[in-house]
Amino acid sequence: MNEVRKPPVATTGIIGWLRLNLFFNWTNSLITLFVIYCLYQFIPWILDWTIFSADFKYNYLGEQIANQEMCSRNLDPENGGACWAVIYVRFYQFIYGFYPKVEVWRVNIAYAMLALALLPLLYAKLPYRKYFLYFTYIFPVIAYFLLNGGLGFTEVSTNKWGGLLVTLVLGCTGIALAFPIGIMLALGRRSKLPVISMMCTLFIEFIRGVPLITLLFFGMVMLPLFLPEGIDMDGLVRVLVAVTLFQSAYMAEVIRGGLQAIPPGQYEAAKSLGMSYWRMNLLIILPQAIRISIPPIVNTSIGLFKDTTLVIIVGILDLLGIGRGTLADTNWLGLSYEIYFFVSLVFFIFTFGMSRYSLYLEKKLKTGINMGAD
Amino acid sequence: MRSNLGFFSDEKFRSIFFQTLVVGLFALGLFFVISTTSYNLEKRNIATGWSFLQNPAGFDISFSPFLEFKSTDTHLKVYFVGVLNTLLVSITGCIAATILGFILGIVRLSSNWLLSRLVYIYVEFSRNVPLLLQIILWYSILIQLPRVKQSLQVLDVFYISNRGLYSPRPIFESGFSYVLIAIVLALISSFLINRWAKKRQDKTGQQFPVFSSSIGLIFIVPLILFFILGSPLSFEHPELKGFNFKGGLVIRPEFIAMFLALSIYTAAFISEIVRAGIMSVSKGQREASAAIGLKQTWIMRLIIIPQALRVIVPPLTSQYLNLTKNSSLGIAVGYADLVHGFGGISLNQTGQAIECMAIVMATYLSISLTISFFMNIYNRSIQFKEK
Repeated sequence: MNEVRKPPVATTGIIGWLRLNLFFNWTNSLITLFVIYCLYQFIPWILDWTIFSADFKYNYLGEQIANQEMCSRNLDPENGGACWAVIYVRFYQFIYGFYPKVEVWRVNIAYAMLALALLPLLYAKLPYRKYFLYFTYIFPVIAYFLLNGGLGFTEVSTNKWGGLLVTLVLGCTGIALAFPIGIMLALGRRSKLPVISMMCTLFIEFIRGVPLITLLFFGMVMLPLFLPEGIDMDGLVRVLVAVTLFQSAYMAEVIRGGLQAIPPGQYEAAKSLGMSYWRMNLLIILPQAIRISIPPIVNTSIGLFKDTTLVIIVGILDLLGIGRGTLADTNWLGLSYEIYFFVSLVFFIFTFGMSRYSLYLEKKLKTGINMGAD
Repeated sequence: MRSNLGFFSDEKFRSIFFQTLVVGLFALGLFFVISTTSYNLEKRNIATGWSFLQNPAGFDISFSPFLEFKSTDTHLKVYFVGVLNTLLVSITGCIAATILGFILGIVRLSSNWLLSRLVYIYVEFSRNVPLLLQIILWYSILIQLPRVKQSLQVLDVFYISNRGLYSPRPIFESGFSYVLIAIVLALISSFLINRWAKKRQDKTGQQFPVFSSSIGLIFIVPLILFFILGSPLSFEHPELKGFNFKGGLVIRPEFIAMFLALSIYTAAFISEIVRAGIMSVSKGQREASAAIGLKQTWIMRLIIIPQALRVIVPPLTSQYLNLTKNSSLGIAVGYADLVHGFGGISLNQTGQAIECMAIVMATYLSISLTISFFMNIYNRSIQFKEK
């Protein structure tokens, strides 16, 4: 008598997930099949090129590769993929530039110390974080003497620096210097004193209105004209000035956003306790404002890190610059895909890591604020 | 407590004191910079002034689609060619990035897991690799295309080689201006029809087929006119002569590389903005519009997009600004834009660093301000209006 109802089609488990996300209706299924077909065509080819028929150190004859003519794909186009040997041979230059080999331990120590200095900034629950932070504050000084020389170390002039070293020096120094300047600019722009607020606004809007490359040209071409004779600025320093000015304007806008989010009651409460302008900002306002602007600060820092590649246009050899230099070498002519792939990968690892970190912070911050509201 | 400082605790006095101090320091710094600069310039025998703009440039510009450029032309003309090239790549890049970004942003929200994952991978890769690297990579792909003699042929009229894309050049004969006038008139009238139809719908509730009538006005009327006037348009086809093509319209690989890299890079950012914008519209809006029986396409067009646009437009503006500023990277591949042509070659030839950089910076500032100005007007027009 009773009609027997069919059991429901699976909506859970793997099959349910597949139905819901890949084969929901017939257009969806067609798209899925098409995408799978494209991937089927593409993935084996790219895997083959990058890994299975690629040369890492030896070509298919078993010889160690010393120049592009020995790459498998140049010996036998049928039988070769990428020639990663160029990265292997030039790895030192990619990481250290032309830093003297006997002194390279100094760079290695600086890299290790950088990781140690970043640790307390990235991980708030680190035990003994306070002491680690002291180290972070003095790290720039140590790094300066370690990399540049002085205090008993032989001097290594900056035109021997290159590769990842320059990229990291520019990125880290730019971000670290731009942070305090950005805070001052943001406070200045919100200042009640009309002259100061106007000057800060003009500076920020000017820097944000022009491309970084013009500022780099400014640093390279015009800065020497502005300075009195005898002060001969190092090329890397000139570029650093430009990068720092650029980044501080963007940093200022991000921090201003954080400052705007602080309710006026906080200012009023601090003033009613008799705090001066600086005490109020340092103890009450800025700690809160910076806390909420950390994710956008990380995001602008990612932007800066990518923008450091622009220095190759004014002749500084960062990671990309070393890559282009290698390509100009007749020994490695025509290996542009391998080199650009490698450089992209290095940048991707850094920037993707930073963006994940910013997402993690955002999530943490959101729950933190909600807990406060409850 | 501070009675001994008396006047110093007076807020008014302090404000004047600090501001005078800052202005004084600034003036002092400015004086110092100007005096050392003029000393340095004198020592290097660089004459300041703008007269160098009238001197012949003495170099060729390979890509100047709007102005004819010879090496005897002045530096001023180099500047104009540069501005036009910057604007060309910025405007085409913005349009392409917007279209691609909107499509990708919507696809990213698609219920198809595979498709949305693919877009996610694309977005992450293109956002996290420096733009300069992408430009150089595209350029290196383009110049590895086959040589002119073996150029790839598409549809029998386009030729792709390592010298760029050759396509037929349209030649406008007399009478074509009427067609252009017709198109402009059609655009204006369809805009007016749109306003009128909106007003009528507000008043009476009756709808008017604005979209199809506009299409008819903009496309079909000029097309009919075109044929009545006896097709006043012909094409000059590129022909292979010797080692290169003669005639036709050539799009250089520098431009293509810039265009592709800028639009693909910016589209990744725009797609994230669009995604965030669409997700910001609450689910209830979609359910409510489905409940009153709106079609799926109408829900998107009339309910979701207008509300999402309010969230989308401000960050979109800054993406347009970024793209325009990023177009200055053309120098890396030799695209003769403002920075490469005027701020690079002219600067090096004349040595007028301060003047050239000042002009380049001022130009970028005015382009940025113009974009912000128009986008702000647009933004105001789509913001929520309280009645």
